[in-house]
Amino acid sequence: MNLRRDVFQAIADPTRRAILLLVASQSLTAGAIASNFDTARPTVSKHLQILTECELLTQEQNGRAIYYHLNPQKMKEIADFIEPFRKLWDDRFNKLESIMKNYKSDK
Amino acid sequence: MERKTKVDAKEGKHDILITREFDLPVELLFKAYEKPDILAQWMGTNVLKLESKKHGSYQFETTDAQGNVVFRANGTIHEFTPNRRIIRTFEMENTPFPVQLEFLEFKSLTDETSQLTMHMVFRSVADRNQLLQMPFAQGINMAHDRLQDIVSQLK
Repeated sequence: MNLRRDVFQAIADPTRRAILLLVASQSLTAGAIASNFDTARPTVSKHLQILTECELLTQEQNGRAIYYHLNPQKMKEIADFIEPFRKLWDDRFNKLESIMKNYKSDK
Repeated sequence: MERKTKVDAKEGKHDILITREFDLPVELLFKAYEKPDILAQWMGTNVLKLESKKHGSYQFETTDAQGNVVFRANGTIHEFTPNRRIIRTFEMENTPFPVQLEFLEFKSLTDETSQLTMHMVFRSVADRNQLLQMPFAQGINMAHDRLQDIVSQLK
């Protein structure tokens, strides 16, 4: 079965999000990634396959080992990654607004 | 009128534009950036130092419930024009992120409303994208911490 993968499907799964975070700091082999999870190794392999198919991860052969890299370009295409940043500032600015409204009425 | 915060981060560029309209006169909006005690409240961080003037500098620090420093940032103020503009650098300490440049433009819309645009300029596209992903990463880490709290209570 070869379903067309999309990035939103890929990041909908918490294990796959955790994998992306792991690989964000350094390239890792499938074995090193799997060692971070209690999940069975083939399950992790399946997650890696999905992430690779939708280009969030890229593979690089280094000797006999295959290392997984994060593809930041593809990550950026996901609007969901910008939304938490927007939300962070929106929350701060909402707070600013309410503080200053009280500040005004105190005077 | 839509008052939501907008974030514009164009593909392949190394900057971010944040725009927000406030139900506040521009003087009050600016004051929220000028006064250390107010800035601390809405930014959710301790303000160790804030010299609101040209050539001034600032330092923020956030600690967790145990008093450990989890975030520290500093910068230098290059321009400080009341109710108009702040130009400053921003650098997170003990992180791989290089310093970034911030242009804050304050604009009066009406007597009771104002607009802030915050233009952040990064050293590279990769640096910018990494910063955009940070809250996402933190959200997951926080969920992780909560899970650990719950698990440790079960023991």
